[in-house]
Amino acid sequence: MGQSSIPVLQRGDGFREVLPEKWVNMYRQLVKIRSFEKQVNELYLTAKMPGLAHLYIGEEAVAVGVCEALRTDDYITSTHRGHGHCLAKGASVERMFAELLGKAAGYCRGKGGSMHIADQDRGNLGANAIVGGSAGIAAGAALSAQMRGADQVAVCFFGEGALGQGLLYEVMNMAALWKLPVIYVCENNLYNEYTHYSETTAGTVTARPEAFGIPARTIDGQDVRAVYFAAANCVERARTGQGPAFLECLTYRFHGHFVADINRAYYRSRQEEQEWETQRDPIHRLASWLVEQKWASAESLDKIQAEVQMEITAGLEFALQAPFPDASEVDQHVYA
Amino acid sequence: MSTPEPAARELTLAEAIREALAEEMRRDPRVFIIGEDVAEAGTPFKVLSGLVAEFGPRRVIDTPISEAGFTGIAVGAAVTGMRPVVDIMFGDFITLTMDQMVNQAAKIHYMSGGSLRVPMVLHTTLGATRRSAAQHSQSLHAWFSHIPGLKVVLPSTPYDAKGLLKSAIRDDNPVAFFEDKMMYKMKGAVPQGDYLVPLGIADIKRSGKDITLVATSSMVQVALSAAELLSPIGIEAEVIDPRTLFPLDKQTLIASAKKTGRAIVVDEGYERYGVTAEIASVIAEGAFYDLDAPVKRMGARDVPVPFSPVLEDLTVPTPESVAEAARTLCETISAS
Ligand SMILES: Cc1ncc(C[n+]2csc(CCOP(=O)(O)OP(=O)(O)O)c2C)c(N)n1
Repeated sequence: MGQSSIPVLQRGDGFREVLPEKWVNMYRQLVKIRSFEKQVNELYLTAKMPGLAHLYIGEEAVAVGVCEALRTDDYITSTHRGHGHCLAKGASVERMFAELLGKAAGYCRGKGGSMHIADQDRGNLGANAIVGGSAGIAAGAALSAQMRGADQVAVCFFGEGALGQGLLYEVMNMAALWKLPVIYVCENNLYNEYTHYSETTAGTVTARPEAFGIPARTIDGQDVRAVYFAAANCVERARTGQGPAFLECLTYRFHGHFVADINRAYYRSRQEEQEWETQRDPIHRLASWLVEQKWASAESLDKIQAEVQMEITAGLEFALQAPFPDASEVDQHVYA
Repeated sequence: MSTPEPAARELTLAEAIREALAEEMRRDPRVFIIGEDVAEAGTPFKVLSGLVAEFGPRRVIDTPISEAGFTGIAVGAAVTGMRPVVDIMFGDFITLTMDQMVNQAAKIHYMSGGSLRVPMVLHTTLGATRRSAAQHSQSLHAWFSHIPGLKVVLPSTPYDAKGLLKSAIRDDNPVAFFEDKMMYKMKGAVPQGDYLVPLGIADIKRSGKDITLVATSSMVQVALSAAELLSPIGIEAEVIDPRTLFPLDKQTLIASAKKTGRAIVVDEGYERYGVTAEIASVIAEGAFYDLDAPVKRMGARDVPVPFSPVLEDLTVPTPESVAEAARTLCETISAS
């Protein structure tokens, strides 16, 4: 039932409605996330970052496609693999690096770290280190918007691993009953940590939301255009009071589950990784399409890459120089 | 001693709670109630009866039986500008809300470096002797009291219930509010209109010079009855109700114990690792050199609450058992 309510990507007019600049901007966002995450990996490998991080490399088109369909005042909730969502929603590279390094200038004054970045000014209600843990918060933000008579929507990002969590189903049921403006974005990167999702997930992914009458669609998460159109459609439905929707985005993390997951042969083959990296890289895809459409040249895209790299370098520099929080902060913000 | 003015009407504790909610909902459109059978049914205890008639089903929201789900939704609504009151029918079911309360609500303000707030109340029950057996009789308020970021309130009179609930609703933090379901019919003077009982201020319910009885929730009545039993044998007990377990008014407890030199802590939670242990240690540390006897703890017996009345009645402190313990403590001769 649901498939029909979310139109398929229109190869014709739909593309034309989106200005070339918007696609080019999406390219910049994809590149920014990629470069940011590469830098994070580097920080880990050179032991400059406390703790760990779950990199979003390979999955960038999901966050960018979805967040480009949102307004600044729309909400998102994110996951342990959350840097991409955060950047796509407009966060500053400086403050993100500062947070990853535990500095006072970070989004959470260094108290959250990689898995808890929240950016209230841009509607990012926070990454969440409990798998599926933010499903209630996203639906609650949607309920709040509905009660306040605001036309904001909320996006709940989660990995397919969260399909094992009961909370998700409790909340989808209520979202459907109450027509909440919430969009479930399932980032199916095939693995729950080190276990293929087929070993943990009975039935199909979309049958789950459909059981609640929530329209659902499986899309190519490596194609930012497909993600953007599907998301824009879900957002439009939600904003106009037609209730929740569910997108299963097929994607892949090019790196390990987290930065230290380096030897992965026991759960996935190098060949599989190479296939995704060489044939299904979201950045290459968008780049070749932009050039093909003559909306960008190889040079202009290189220029964007260089500009982004400068932003990353400057942001990192800022964060490395920034002071740690004062010891007195340990007791601050336990209570409001 | 906070006593209402003599002209105040008598209300039951349930009526006092309902009046607090109604007044707060009239005062602040952001306040709403969410839970199972809260609307027309007004909860199985009829505490919320009539609220839906005034405020409508959009502010008194009946949910599916999904405690984790609607608690999570309340968290999300709270961080985005609403002030939800979550109703959990039986305190035993807070186990199902634990991730949302402990890992989400309690930590969001801190993890976000103070940028997000979670102004919500989780309203629930405690208390045994209703012949409801092991899964409907527990007093699990210690679970929340253990968690930095949460506040915990246990009223013992209708007057306190109204004033404390209003303070809880206006608080910018997640507050767990526990009522003993055996106290809903208890009557007491309650002023009309607005007044607040601040969180973190203990109340001396009876003055005395010989022993301090620190008691919570329905155990306050038990302690007061024990005091009546002790008075004829020449022991004047001081009964103190902390009213909130966090923030905890340590000064008042310590000052009383210093004055009397003896203390018993009575609470209906399980005795081991419980509220009584915490308060006893506060008194032991703060009043050590003035104590004439070790601080005694009286909690619920460390067994799952049995059904059979003859067994169940053995699991909770009674006026007789408290009076007996007090008498024994008062016979302890000071070592000095
Ligand atoms: C409730 C809970 N259980 C287990 C974990 C440990 N854990 C962290 S990430 C992860 C796998 C998540 O897989 P998925 O949701 O598909 O997201 P992905 O990592 O693939 O992005 C697990 C099991 C956790 N953080 N939370």
